[in-house]
Amino acid sequence: VPAYSQGSALGGVNPDLASERQTPSFSVEKLTALLDGGEENTRIRRAVVEAIESDPVFSRENQYFQSQNEKYEAAVRKAVHLQKKMHEMGWTENGPEFKYIYRALSGEVAFLLHTVFMRSISVLGSDKQITKWIPLATQYQLIGSYAQTELGHGTYLQGLETTAVFDIATQEFILNTPKISAMKWWPGDMGRSATHAVVFAQLDIQGKCYGVHPFIVQIRSLWDHSLCPGITAGDIGPKMNFDHIDNGYLMLQNVRVPRENMLSKFCEVQPDGTYVRRGSQQINYFTMTALRVALISHEAVIPLMKACTIAIRYSVVRRQSKLKPGEEEAKILDFQTQQEKLLPHVAAAYAFHFINNYLEDLFNRGYEEIQRENFDMLPELHAFSSGFKAMVTQYCASAVEACLRACGGHGYSLLSGLPSLCTRILASCIYEGENTILFLQTARFLIKCFMAASAGHPVPPSVTYLAAVKPGKCPAKNKFDFLSPDTYTEAYQHAAVRLISSTAAKLQDLIQSGVKKHDAWNECTVQLVQAVKAHCHYITVKNFAETVERLETKGGIQRIMKHLCDLFALHGIFSNAGVFLHDGYISGAQMDMVTASYLDLLAVIRKDAVPLVDAFDFTDKTLNSALGSYDGQVYQRLYEWAQKSPTNTQMNPAYERYLKPLLHKKLSKL
Amino acid sequence: MMNADLRRERAAATFQPELLTHILDGGADRTRRRKELEALVINDPDFQHEDLNFLSRSQRYEQAIRKSSLMVMKLREYGIADPEEIYWFKSFVHRGRPEPLDLHLGMFLPTLLTQATPEQQDRFFMPAWNLEIIGTYAQTEMGHGTHLRGLETTATYDPATQEFILNSPTVTSIKWWPGGLGKTSNHAIVLAQLYTQGQCKGLHAFIVPIRQLGTHEPLPGITVGDIGPKFGYDEMDNGYLKMDNFRIPRENMLMKYAQVEPDGTYVKPLSDKLTYGTMVFIRSLIVGDSARSLSRACTIAIRYSAVRHQSELKPGEPEPQILDYQTQQYKLFPLLATAYAFHFVGAYIKDTYRRISGDINEGDLSELPELHALTAGLKAFTSWAANAGIEECRMACGGHGYSRCSGIPDIYVTFTPSCTYEGENTVMMLQTARFLVKSYTQVSSGQRVTGMVSYLNDLSRQRIQPQHVAARTVTVRLNDPVSLVEAYKARAAWFVEAAAKNLEAELHRRSKEDAWNKTSVDLVQASEAHCHYVIVKLFTAKLAEISNAAVRAVLTELCLLYALYGISKNTGDFLQAGILTDAQITQVKQRVKELLAVIRPNAVALVDSFDFHDIHLGSVLGRYDGNVYENMFEWAKKSPLNKTEVHESFHKHLKPMQAKL
Repeated sequence: VPAYSQGSALGGVNPDLASERQTPSFSVEKLTALLDGGEENTRIRRAVVEAIESDPVFSRENQYFQSQNEKYEAAVRKAVHLQKKMHEMGWTENGPEFKYIYRALSGEVAFLLHTVFMRSISVLGSDKQITKWIPLATQYQLIGSYAQTELGHGTYLQGLETTAVFDIATQEFILNTPKISAMKWWPGDMGRSATHAVVFAQLDIQGKCYGVHPFIVQIRSLWDHSLCPGITAGDIGPKMNFDHIDNGYLMLQNVRVPRENMLSKFCEVQPDGTYVRRGSQQINYFTMTALRVALISHEAVIPLMKACTIAIRYSVVRRQSKLKPGEEEAKILDFQTQQEKLLPHVAAAYAFHFINNYLEDLFNRGYEEIQRENFDMLPELHAFSSGFKAMVTQYCASAVEACLRACGGHGYSLLSGLPSLCTRILASCIYEGENTILFLQTARFLIKCFMAASAGHPVPPSVTYLAAVKPGKCPAKNKFDFLSPDTYTEAYQHAAVRLISSTAAKLQDLIQSGVKKHDAWNECTVQLVQAVKAHCHYITVKNFAETVERLETKGGIQRIMKHLCDLFALHGIFSNAGVFLHDGYISGAQMDMVTASYLDLLAVIRKDAVPLVDAFDFTDKTLNSALGSYDGQVYQRLYEWAQKSPTNTQMNPAYERYLKPLLHKKLSKL
Repeated sequence: MMNADLRRERAAATFQPELLTHILDGGADRTRRRKELEALVINDPDFQHEDLNFLSRSQRYEQAIRKSSLMVMKLREYGIADPEEIYWFKSFVHRGRPEPLDLHLGMFLPTLLTQATPEQQDRFFMPAWNLEIIGTYAQTEMGHGTHLRGLETTATYDPATQEFILNSPTVTSIKWWPGGLGKTSNHAIVLAQLYTQGQCKGLHAFIVPIRQLGTHEPLPGITVGDIGPKFGYDEMDNGYLKMDNFRIPRENMLMKYAQVEPDGTYVKPLSDKLTYGTMVFIRSLIVGDSARSLSRACTIAIRYSAVRHQSELKPGEPEPQILDYQTQQYKLFPLLATAYAFHFVGAYIKDTYRRISGDINEGDLSELPELHALTAGLKAFTSWAANAGIEECRMACGGHGYSRCSGIPDIYVTFTPSCTYEGENTVMMLQTARFLVKSYTQVSSGQRVTGMVSYLNDLSRQRIQPQHVAARTVTVRLNDPVSLVEAYKARAAWFVEAAAKNLEAELHRRSKEDAWNKTSVDLVQASEAHCHYVIVKLFTAKLAEISNAAVRAVLTELCLLYALYGISKNTGDFLQAGILTDAQITQVKQRVKELLAVIRPNAVALVDSFDFHDIHLGSVLGRYDGNVYENMFEWAKKSPLNKTEVHESFHKHLKPMQAKL
């Protein structure tokens, strides 16, 4: 082993990276505190990360070399150890530390569905059911999963085919998987771990179907973990990522559960078979929408921040080609094309961080209202959660991939950390509601509000702008005018209103010309999706601009955030030029000004690129990337890590069996 | 039993898929021959194996090596020698995946043929042909990729012993990524900076033995190994190579062109343009590969969308096929049109290369610069589009697309490196841009240019008139592909002129190099617009060659969709350049949606025409018979996590915890 690759003494911080940190235009520490929501939060987060990362049980060191079985085992081991750790550290589920644990583990832990199992019982179960099941689950006397999706059915719940027939004689429900497409498919923790599952099935009482209901079903023995009678269950096989999770299948054949196992806060089947519905299900609705908001930060924004950190740091260490003859090869971040690939995504990471804060505030307020039995905000909350979940996950997924590709060949190595970020974030575009379907749910809300606003009826605050349709032209006179938040926010507002109103008009026309409502809707869906994206984009830009306005001017924070806000907004106009040019709101000459300002900004932000990703404050262990470490010793680390690959540490099995006979002319014996 | 939905789809098609297959293959006899070769592989028990999705990396490597060894033997046994037939056979054996001998067959042997002296060929070629020598091509280093002059490996000539001393002087100079280098090869062609008589003479190629023949152990002075797991390419042992004062005889430098004489005198090569030829050839293969990979993903997504039913379109009716949703058609049909467009572009480049390679051998290189510039851009354009398209196909399959049984994750990870290798795409686009700017400058100085850039000639004529090119109105007929070609041409001209003028303006303010960098975003856009124009033009030209009316009709619809969809996605360009009006843009968008409905009945037949065998497709969702759900269940049961009913983790972790809490 050569001297330069021994141990962790890799020779301090790479000078190319150190020079980037010498003269930041702002205080990195202050920006980190802003992202965390205060210095105290930063302190707590760092303490949690430190406690987790210093514990060898939670190590992710060999993650890139592990098989599916090994990853699953590690995730179970970590989940079990976490219980002990939390107890040791005095962390509780309601404490301030809790939300940082998942981040510190990078989500690579088992039993996430166990939490969903518990939450569904808390929300959908009667008090009696909660008293019985929640303590058992809390103490891990059983392990739960949540079995909703079927092989043939996903987002559209009414289409589920699993049946639960009530048998009055025995006071039991008989659960069945009537055909192959009805098999439960995908639920996490179900393939190998879970002993129980909340199973969603069509309730049938005396031949009448009452729709989909949740049932608690035991699937494995609590004693030896073998499958219960009538149950067929297993792992659904390898996926693009989530190797550590045993997503499972479940087939039920005449499985009987007592009447008390139907979760019955809102509906109950009485002993004589009478079906009773009570209370409002709207609170349950709220839980689903809150879940969508909760995933934005962990599963989309944080992964994007990590990918940006890796790609930006690598781009100042990597030198390639010459910018000027006779000079040293240039840092690739000095190429305009590389800046254009990466810096807008750094800006987007900040934009989405702030929109996520906005959504969290909105949901906290919504929750208080709902506690007071006021459900007025629900439609707006639902529209927000659907639209932004879809927009942010979609943007972040392609941005993470762009970061991967911006790292050239080395990005393709698992050791860069980028492939696993990429394959994991892709799943977020589908789970908790497929993105296209979610966009269309928001579209329904927007069209409804647009109609109401046009007729002069009141509409929720976030969409009042729809009523203020005023035709006009962008007033910008030169490229500097496009650095005014009012100018670009209005342009976004104009585009959103135009797309929503023109689609609404088309929908009306179609219906008036005799096309059936649902056909007319399907014919407008492509444009509706575009309109919703414009709406969400507008809100994101507006919120970013308003956030910048409120920031303190000390420490240079406001100035750099203003640059990022401008970049985010202008990038959107630059890449969707047609939307803004379409009705002449922005002229061709103005579009040239947008481009000029946009390209100018790249050069400005370039200087702060590394401090801007340093502020995300990820430890090397969290990033787990040979390209993105803080010290920038990229090549030494790649070489060191590659040598740990089992392909190098174990014997080459193909040599004796195939290569040797090949090289020694014994092909016929193969 | 074929799935009823797919049966209905196939019965409703308006054309015969076989006829379209013949066009894609280049004739009925080519289709027949392709299927013969496919049958040779598929009916051969030696090439059967367990589903690769369930194997570890090491097992996948082993399977690939096994199949490669057999493949080489059988190719010779069957007397298959035509390069295209070898390509087919190899792609059936490896099911479109890479294999450890790729570099030996694709780079090591051809390089020996083109760059070795007769003496070197005697020494190395037959042993390599007989696989006693297995070689790879070691160019890329850990710190250096596309910019070849930056490579750091050195080869210093020692006249005393008549040897070259090879060294990897820094960690960034370690050879990194070459396929087959890690575990398979015993030789490598190494690119290194040649030093002789105290002077650096630039990059040269050397044949370097790296492992002992017989024991396969690395030779003293050689550190070699596998670079670890990647996003894909599990079966490939991409490797690293570090050399410490490793000596090879003088005769191991490839000396057909440049030479080092025994006393160390360096003899310069005659021309270096010749290497262009190989690059054009390999990049043209990537264009074809973009078409095929996207076609596979489209086949899977479209068949599955015809089988999958979800939600309600009309209240009270059964759940419809998801292919009936406009949003789903909008996701998939433009990609289908793109796959066809790229097929024809790939065929065009291959034919052009074949046509002019005769000239090249006779020393006529006049057509090479344009073809070189064009293939660089088209390689980037098509691989970017296919890369994004494959991913869209996967997402269009919802949750099941994420399972490896869909086959699309594998297509994606195998394909995506083509955006990087053989020239990083942004760099490729900038190479094309250099050619475009050069052509523009020629036109500005009164010269005429020929070939695909000849539209730039029109710019000089307009300059006589006072108005800017953007003010020129083009009459665009939206139902006529020929007219749409004109619209794309106008856009390309507009972008090339804008980029060239911006570059000109920057040149007044700063150095040549800074000006180029400050304009590079514009330049990439110009190249993209140029490539887009070329693709629409080639697709349109292909329509006239098709004799069968039904096939021509359906391809015309696809061509229109490709062109109009491209406009609808880049409306800003067409509006700003004044090529189309707001009203026309609205019509374009409307027409795109009408075309979706027109193409819908032929969607399945159009992917059937790609004619991928189920085994080659490797997808449960994309099976020809459409029996998706039953087979997903069968597939999952084979997962390694299901090997035992109770996983060992239960006894190790779960049970002890339950007992404690």
